[in-house]
Amino acid sequence: MEEAAVNNNFKVLIIGGSAGSLEVLIRILPQLTAIPFALVIVLHRKAGDDSMLEELIAAKTTIPVMEVDDKTPLVPGSICIAPSDYHLLFEKDDILSLDASEKINFSRPSIDVSFESAAEIYGSRLTAILLSGANSDGTNGAIAIKNAGGMVVIQKPESASMSYMPNSAIQNMVPDYILDVDGILDLIHNIVP
Amino acid sequence: MIISDQELEVLINDVYEYYGFDFSSYSMASFKRRVDRLFQLDGFKSFPVFLSKIRTDPEYFKRMVEEITVNVTEMFRDPLFYKVLRTEILPVLATKPFIRIWHAGCSTGEEVFSMAIMLKEANLLHKSLLYATDISPAVLELAKKGVFPLRMIKQYSENYIASGGKEDFSRYYIANYGSAKFGEDLIERMVFSQHNLVSDRSFNEFDIILCRNVMIYFDKDLQERALELFDGSLSKLGYLALGTKETIKFSALQTKYSQLNKEKIWKKLR
Repeated sequence: MEEAAVNNNFKVLIIGGSAGSLEVLIRILPQLTAIPFALVIVLHRKAGDDSMLEELIAAKTTIPVMEVDDKTPLVPGSICIAPSDYHLLFEKDDILSLDASEKINFSRPSIDVSFESAAEIYGSRLTAILLSGANSDGTNGAIAIKNAGGMVVIQKPESASMSYMPNSAIQNMVPDYILDVDGILDLIHNIVP
Repeated sequence: MIISDQELEVLINDVYEYYGFDFSSYSMASFKRRVDRLFQLDGFKSFPVFLSKIRTDPEYFKRMVEEITVNVTEMFRDPLFYKVLRTEILPVLATKPFIRIWHAGCSTGEEVFSMAIMLKEANLLHKSLLYATDISPAVLELAKKGVFPLRMIKQYSENYIASGGKEDFSRYYIANYGSAKFGEDLIERMVFSQHNLVSDRSFNEFDIILCRNVMIYFDKDLQERALELFDGSLSKLGYLALGTKETIKFSALQTKYSQLNKEKIWKKLR
């Protein structure tokens, strides 16, 4: 019983980014070993790039990278990556679902869509990190996460190769932290179950 | 979120009561976004006004169904999927005296026309029948016309070539006033009708059922029910084709099927 209760209350870390964010992930991921939370990554990617991003990320980490099909369960200790050409949404009961509807902010997957949906399900159990990008996607999602009691971390614009995305969020909301890559890594290490 | 969980529940109940459409087993995260989007798109000021419009105006309800269901589609979408259909599935179907195909959730018809083109090229169209169904009467009206925006044709031609098409794609349509009208010879082999995967039953036995990016909008229970409906509508050794990120591996039916290659196509074994 107790174990089930713990399992049902795991934390979720969601990382969103666009241009210039992959290089940040490639620095961060090899530094993470076992994670007590579920990690979800939503990056802007080319339609039909199939599994290239998954393979690239899997090569940088020992944490299992799940293949995300519709209704894949979200489990702590693993990484899920939003597939290309679908929005990634969160359902009750820790299930991921996909949606092929219109692009949001010219993007599918859209960071706003996933952030807003995760906020709704995970509330204060959610931490979001918004990385480099040349688009304002993620700003509305970051606001939704704050409103739902979650934590929002923005990559320090000076440390981002594309500062537009972090700047857009900072100008429209008050994040909990604005951190460079080392700071982000420290923060992730400090997420406890 | 604009509309609360409670309001959404009221809406789902009322729609069921007034129109018999049951959205209660849809994937809630996505369904909520669709309802919010419609509410904003049509400039409603309050939930009661929105609800009353839906209840009292059947035409508006028709619009609601059209907008709530996702109708993002294209011809030869995911060209590699079509390549597998063309090279591995059609040669098997060719051995049959008659080929029955069901496009479940056909939306505005782009996939049905893609299939018809491939059947024609394989010289199988004359002995094939393509049943195309959707929950939304509005999109079926569009689908049966076989008219698609001309601005999309460049993309569709590229998809067609990537799927292994060898003809000049322009032979299949006539361009006119910004639209491309596809041939009557294709439409002749199609049957369009309204069908609701939530509440309607099997209506025939098929050699292949295509239901791509439709069940992602259903919750797991409804997915299972829809899969049972497909299972009951497929001939032995028939094929079930789903979207690139859909799977039957969470279903009890998976033991009756074997998956082909990497594409999301399953063959019914028994």
